[in-house]
Formats: sequence, structure tokens, C-alpha cells
Amino acid sequence: MTGAPTFEGSAGTWEVVIGLEIHAQVTSQSKLFSGAATAFGAEPNTQVSLVDAAMPGMLPVVNEYCVEQAVRTGLGLKAKINLRSIFDRKNYFYPDLPQGYQISQFSDPIVGEGTIYLDMPDGSQRAIGIERLHLEQDAGKSLHDQSPTQTYVDLNRSGVALMEIVSKPDLRSAEEAGLYVRKVRTILRYLGTCDGNMDQGSMRCDVNISVRHPGDPLGTRAEIKNINSVRFVHQAIEYETRRQIEEIEGGGTVALETRRFDPSDGVTYPMRSKEEAHDYRYFPDPDLLPLEFTQGFVDNIRESLPELPDEKKARFETEYEISASNAGVLVAERAKGEYFEALVASASDKSGKPGSEIGQDCANILITDLFGILNKKGLSIEQSPIGHRSLAGLQALKLDGTISGRIAKDVFVEMLETGKQAADIVEEKGLRQVSDTGEIEVIIDKIISDSPNQLAGYKAGKENLFGYFVGQVMKATGGKANPQVVNELLKKKL
Amino acid sequence: MADLTELTLAEARDGVRGGTFSAVELAQAHIDAIEGARVLNSFITETPERALAMASESDARVAANDPRPMEGVPIAVKDVFCTNGVHTTAGSHILENFTPPYESSVTQNMWDAGGVLLGKTNLDEFAMGSSNETSFFGPVENPWRAADDGQSRVPGGSSGGSAVAVAANIASGAIGTDTGGSIRQPAAYSGIVGMKPTYGRCSRWGTVAFASSLDQAGPMTRTVKDAAILLGAMAGFDAKDSTSVDITAPKFEAALTGEVKGLKVGIPDEYRLEGMPAEIEALWNHGAEWLRDAGAEIVPVSLPMTQYALPAYYIVASAEASSNLARYDGIRYGLREDADDLSDLYETTRASGFGDEVQRRILIGTYALSAGYYDAYYLKAQKVRTRIAEDFRQAFENVDVLLTPTTPSEAFVVGSKSDDPIAMFLNDVFTVPASLAGLPGISVPAGLAANGLPLGLQILAKPFDEQTLFRTAQVLETAAGVTSRPAPWWKEAGA
Amino acid sequence: MALDKATVAKIANLARLRVAEDRLEGLATELSKILTWIEQLEKVDTDGVAPMTSVVEASLRQREDAITDGDKADDILANAPGQSAGFFTVPKVVE
Repeated sequence: MTGAPTFEGSAGTWEVVIGLEIHAQVTSQSKLFSGAATAFGAEPNTQVSLVDAAMPGMLPVVNEYCVEQAVRTGLGLKAKINLRSIFDRKNYFYPDLPQGYQISQFSDPIVGEGTIYLDMPDGSQRAIGIERLHLEQDAGKSLHDQSPTQTYVDLNRSGVALMEIVSKPDLRSAEEAGLYVRKVRTILRYLGTCDGNMDQGSMRCDVNISVRHPGDPLGTRAEIKNINSVRFVHQAIEYETRRQIEEIEGGGTVALETRRFDPSDGVTYPMRSKEEAHDYRYFPDPDLLPLEFTQGFVDNIRESLPELPDEKKARFETEYEISASNAGVLVAERAKGEYFEALVASASDKSGKPGSEIGQDCANILITDLFGILNKKGLSIEQSPIGHRSLAGLQALKLDGTISGRIAKDVFVEMLETGKQAADIVEEKGLRQVSDTGEIEVIIDKIISDSPNQLAGYKAGKENLFGYFVGQVMKATGGKANPQVVNELLKKKL
Repeated sequence: MADLTELTLAEARDGVRGGTFSAVELAQAHIDAIEGARVLNSFITETPERALAMASESDARVAANDPRPMEGVPIAVKDVFCTNGVHTTAGSHILENFTPPYESSVTQNMWDAGGVLLGKTNLDEFAMGSSNETSFFGPVENPWRAADDGQSRVPGGSSGGSAVAVAANIASGAIGTDTGGSIRQPAAYSGIVGMKPTYGRCSRWGTVAFASSLDQAGPMTRTVKDAAILLGAMAGFDAKDSTSVDITAPKFEAALTGEVKGLKVGIPDEYRLEGMPAEIEALWNHGAEWLRDAGAEIVPVSLPMTQYALPAYYIVASAEASSNLARYDGIRYGLREDADDLSDLYETTRASGFGDEVQRRILIGTYALSAGYYDAYYLKAQKVRTRIAEDFRQAFENVDVLLTPTTPSEAFVVGSKSDDPIAMFLNDVFTVPASLAGLPGISVPAGLAANGLPLGLQILAKPFDEQTLFRTAQVLETAAGVTSRPAPWWKEAGA
Repeated sequence: MALDKATVAKIANLARLRVAEDRLEGLATELSKILTWIEQLEKVDTDGVAPMTSVVEASLRQREDAITDGDKADDILANAPGQSAGFFTVPKVVE
């Protein structure tokens, strides 16, 4: 395909083909087929029912909330919802798979084909195909490092509901893969169907990757399992691409195998336990019936969907006249977008100016100032020490000329440190902008007379000395002089 | 007082309720009888203490004038139902010392109805078999013997232990499971009543699974009335089982009106097998006559898919079993062999834990599901199954019940069919089709073979029409009027 | 269908059943006989016939999302052949 990034090997040009399988834990209280709890971090085997432990005679009963969230997610992926789907057993042996099979969906998944749009850095949009989404049980956890001779098994996670989202092999670079994971995560969090918490394991990626010369058919792929950060997805793809190219150029072949990524050295290794090709012997689970629901059920869910990131971004761009890249930052998290709109509404209210006029400035103060602070302190927007109404108060003071943009930045910091309202800080510290031309003229005159060398230099053509005079005026006024007025007057006087 | 072990379940129930004797006396009589019948190997685990404790509670209830439907009735339970705090083995070495910390829904229903647990009965390992010869705990012996030889006979299977408990009068009633005939066939071989309800009527929760789409719990008793009472205590919707049907169980006992006037009884042509023993065919004809004499109409019907039921059943059951038995891996419960690595642990535990028949079926089932063979075997069998069910549905448009022999022969000699798995399957030829279609069926003692061994006739009914099933069965039972009991040779043998 | 020793060994591996080398031949013969008997199913016309997906005519019942189970580690571990500090233990798996 044209435009796909290519890699120069020692013997030709290569293209990498990537498909991602994302396992997203559903935000349910209890498991997919049992009533045990799903919360992270519990003592081993305390969130395990007899069903999860696969005791003799135990049977699955499906969780309605999980079915709903899968449909919701499917709608968020603009995908086809299948009104009838089947739960199949995927049979294999592993200590953290108590039943000896995983209940999953093979031939008839709950959600079919869809599309995700990536916002590329150059401003363009790239469509990535979704193959399907299905519901399946998560496995328990095997700990290999607790003892020299034993593996320890904790079944707390066994049976937790996962949505497996399978992309088409449309991705062509590590960067795209990273953007894809982030976009999926954002959509899931918008919908509330998964919390996207990769370090707690509620969202994991398997990367399917192969290389080929552009125009050739698909090469043999390797699967890299269980990657739990976007950074590692990047690194794993970069390593694996190089490895496969080197392998083939060295006369070897890429093995169809499962690998794992080791973050400590950035290398992918074959997984011993999954060396043999698996015959999963899928068949419909006879303890369950086909899953069926009506179009009405789907339509109700559709009606309850929140505005999704793509739609919100487009709307922000037109409604608030902000740049695409700023809009992209604001919609990356639903709560941030909501804060932004509340801020604009409140500031608009206070200042009497429309959202389209004040939008960009509001976006700036969030993106440049607030988000940075929140990141540093490890806070989410919901935990912001400055609420949107308080921040709107600051914006309003700027918009009506009470304080300058420069001073506003200082007030912002003061608001963070003291928790006081902007208006109070301005009053207490006497930060009102000085706009009185008379006052400023006097100050300018004094500075000019005190700086004969700089005056001479400026008149002789050193234009950047203008900044010197501006700086002096600001210093003399404690930063409170109205920058526009200062500029106009200085131009007149110099 | 009269021998309390001679009573039917209904008589036992009425006796306790009416104060003729206590539940403790009733339980004790059976506990003693069990002890005296150990040579039959009907029980894997006897629970005399629990039985007496439960019986004691029953007596308190009766005294308080608050008896439950089956208060004080002592029951033998096939060792495939998980019983809380009591070993549950499924007849297998791999679960030899497994003690479930939970109770199956079916047995809990019975205890809630006042039933008393006598113990866990022997069975073919994991319910796979038709003779109870594959149990890790040894074969079960049929109390019936042929008049002309003194050879040990199989009781049938897989619910052989339960069948024998009833036939030898050491339990008032028993429960089993039926996947392809495992209640009905041993009932026929042992001269008792055995009934499989419609699939979904009884919960499968807490019952060790063999083939999920086929397994059903059911009563094994001396009379049809007893079976109706016992099923009433077992059945019911269970939200913990997704295949349990949410339908209120009718009062089965009340269905026993004794009337079959106008009832249409279908005789399926294809059940007349080539080389069928003359005795069996004659009994079948008698059965039709009895029902006609009672006012029913006999209607020939055709079930063209009949001959394909056995192979279809075998594939579906083995495939489901191969997956259901994957959980027996030595990790969370059951047998674990010493092993240096995980692979070793799985392979040696399962090889030594499962008997030959179970291993054979797991291998067939695994193969039938494997890549390249799924379509030809499993998928094909499930399609044939649809056609079999359709056969029945069409037949039932014209008739209310079907009458067939239960088995193609009487009980065979122990060890005489162990070498040929296919010959063993053929015992189930008449029972398997109804299992595939999920229909309710019952075997009723209908006569004796020339050699004195019991023979049964089977009635099948429409889904969820157990009422018509019981009603017809009781008329047949009365008409057949079988009163013979096996000579109690085991009482001397064990003494 | 005739199964050879190699196929039996492969299936046994899939099923995690150790079969002694000297049993493979006999088992292959036995299983082949059974599978050949099964093959009479090929004679049945199943064109356009849907496989049976459930014996009961109903759709899958769904339960409410609520925590109603778990918190019984003792029961879960009660029959464990190997356990330590609340975990099940197995011989070490090398990834």
C-alpha cells in the first residue's frame, strides 16, 4: 500500500504487517459465568467460586451486564451486533485454566466487523478495521517466582469477563499500533465498559506481526502475548520487526509461534509452554444455550451511548473553534472533554462572550497549565484541585481586562497553592492590570530617560531592544501593565 | 413388626407420617440390610450415622406434625451426585478421596423433602458403561440369577449400584443418572422401575458431568407410584443450571389416574431389530395388548433415523465427556501422581486415575473434535441428532406415547461382553434415541425371560409430559403384574 | 477409519493421557474399529440440517451482575493435593 512506512534491510525494502488482539476486562462486579467478585488485589483464591475452581458438577450462568457491555463496546466500534451468538469451549491444559477449557466465542461472536479511526500526527485520519469482538473468560494467574520448585496458582482472575477485540491486520508501524491501543482504550473508557488500566492488567495486548516486501503476500506471523503498556507494544514491535527481517535476510524463516516480550531487555522470546501448535477443538458449550437478544435491546443501548471521542473532537473543532490537535488532547479522556466544556460554559456565562470566541484560550490554559500540573502530581482531572467554575473565574478576569495574561499565570499558581478564588487573589495582591495610559506614559518616559544607551541603540536599528523597554515597564509595574497599551505607547514614544 | 425393607417407598412414607414406625427404625432396618448385602457391592460409601441423624430429625418433624413430602424415606444415591462432606467418587480412582464441600441441587431437593441418605451407590466409572463392570470399586452384582446357571449377572449400568439397592430391598428408593439409558437399562435388568425425565426437568448442578447435553437425574424404585413420588422430590428449576427449564413441575403422583382410554400408543417399526430374541418381541406384543385391553389405541409409527442413534450418541457423548473430564488434572482435587514437571503430572495422573473405558471415550471424543475431523464426526453427529429429534416430533403428532422394549436382551453374564466395546453399546439401542431427543422415558418390569431373569418395557412421552408417561406406565405395570422377587442368595453368601 | 500408532499418540497427548508404547498398537486397533462403526453416519442425508445446539427450546438465561459468591478459600482448597500460603501448587512451569 502506498504511504506505508518501510524499513531498509540489508537486502531490500520491507513492510511490517500488524494485527492487534486486545483483551479488555469488563467493568462488572462479578465474573462472566459466576458470582465471584472481580476487584483487583485480593488475597489469593478468595474471589473464587466453586464454578471458577471447576469443581465436579459446576455449571456456568452468564452475566447480563457483561453481555450489555459487549454490545455497547461493539456500537462504540461502529461494528455489527450479532443478535445470536454462541459460546464455545476452547480446550487446552494449563494450571491456571481449571476447567481444562476456556469458555469463549469462536465461530459466532457477539460483535462482527467495525472500524476505528486513528488521529495521525499529521492531522489525517486513518481507518483501521475491526474484525470482531467476543466475550470470553480470563484465566487465573500462575506465579513462577515464589518458589524454586513450584509454580503457585491463584484463581481469583479465573472466569473474569474479557472482551477480546481483534483488529484486521491493517496496522503498518509501531507508532500506528500505539495510537490504535490508545484509541481503543479511550473508547472503552468513554463507554465505561472497561477501565483500560493496563498496569493492573485490565487491558492487555497480543501483537500479531509479520514482515514482507511491499506487494508480496503476507509473511508468517509471530504472536507476542500479554503486553501491558503502550510503550512495550512499541518496543516489542520494533524489536520483532528487526528480528524477523534479520532472520529472513540471513536465510532463515520466521516460525509461526507464540512469543513473550521481556521489558527488562526489550527482547521477544519464544514461549516454551506454547511451543506446540494447539488444536483447541472448539465446540459449542453444551452447558449453555445460544445467546440471543432483540434489536430493541441493541437500540436501547445505542440510545444510551455517550458522545464518542471522534464525534466530540469534530464538534469541539467547529463549536469552539479550536485546533484539531488541541481538540484531540481534550477528548483523549471523556472527563477532560467534559471539564473543558463546563469551563467554557461557565467562562462564557461570566464574561458574556460566546464559546467560539473563548474556546481556544480555555483549551490553552487546560492543556498548557492544568494538565501539566495534574500529570506531575499524578492526579486525574476528576481530582483537579481547581474546579471548572473557579478556573472560569480566572478566565473571566482575563477576558474583561481586569488582569493580563501574564498575571493570570501567576494567579493560577497562587490558586493551586492556596485554593483561593482568582478574584480574591487579585484583590489581596493588588494584581489588577494597569491600563491607564497616563500612568504608563509616565513610567515609559522615566525609563526612556534612564536608558539613553538602549534608546540610542534602538534608534540605530537594533529592533530587539524593544523587548528591553517592554521588560523595564513590566518590572516597574510589577508585571501589571496592560501589554497592549504598553506596546502601543512604546511604539509611539520610541 | 413386618420387615420394613419390604415396603414400597409410598408405604414407607405413609408409615412414617402415620406413626406406624419411626424414621429411625426405618433407616436402621435398611442400614442392617445394606450390611447383609455387601457381597453385591452396591454401595461405595455407606452413611449410617448421617442416615440415623437425618432420620432422627424426621421423627422430630413428624412429632411436631410438620412432615415434609418424603419425610424419613431412606434413599440410595448414585455416587455421581456431590454430597456435602461425604466422599463422591464417580466410581473412579481419580476421585477416590474427593469430599465435596457442597451438595448437588437434586439431592438437596430430596433432603429438603425429608429424604434420608443411606449412602453412595456404585456405578460404571464416570457413568460410562452399561454393566457396572468398569467401576474402580469393583463390579456390582445383580441379585437376580438365571434359573439354569448360578453365574453372576450384571445389573446393567451405569446406575448399577442404585438399581441393585432397590432390587435387593436395601433402600426404599434410589436415584441415578441417565445419559444414554443408564437408569432405564439397569432398571430393566434388575426388575425395577427406572425413569429418565425430560432433559432440563432436573438440575445438573453438583452432578459430576459425563455428557452435558444428555445427562439427566431420575428415580429408580420398586413401583411406578414410587418413581412419581421420588421425581416430585428431585425435580425443579435451578437458576444455577443454564439448561434447567423454568417450568413448574406438576404433581406427578396425582397423574396416576389408572386411565388410558383413548390414549394413542405408537409402536415404532424400526425398533423391531433383526435377530431380536423371540421372548423380547413377544413381551413387546403383550405390552401392546395390555394397553389395548385397557382402552388405548395402538398405532404403528416410523422413526427412520433409529439405527443411527447409537453412533451419533457415541460421538456426541464422548466429545462432551472428553472436555468435561479435562478438569481432572491432579491440581485442585482428586488423585495426583508424583511428577517432576507439569506435563508428567497431567499425563501420569490421568493415565492412572482413569480406567480403560473412560480413557477410550476420552480419546474418541478428543479425536472427534480435533482439527480436520470435527465436521465429519461431531458436527455430523449433531446434525443426525436433529433428524432423530425431528422423527420423534413427527411421530408425536399422531400418538401420545411410544412403547418399546427397554433392552434387546436380559441381564448378561459378568465379563461376557467386556472384550467388545461395540457389543456393549448395543445394550443401549432402545434407550439412546430418546436421550438424544431429550424425551422422558421409563422402564417398567413387564415379565421374566425363560431363564427367570427380568425383562422390562419402555414407554416414551413428549417433552415435559411425564404425567402421561407415569399414567401409562402404571397401567402397564398393573397389567403385567410381575410379582417375582430374586431369591436372596446374597444374604447367606454374606453371612 | 484406520488410526495408526502415531495418530493415537498425538490424540493421547492432546488429552494429556500417557499411553505406554506397547499399548499404542492395540489401542489403535480398538479405536479404529469403533470409528469405522461410527462412520455409518455418513449414510445419513444432512444437507440443510442444522446441528442441534440445545435440547431445550429456550434462549440463554442471564443473571444479574452481583457479587453472590466466592470468599470461601477454605472450601476451594479443601481437596487440593498441593497448596501453600493460599495458593495451589504444581511442579514449576518454565515459560
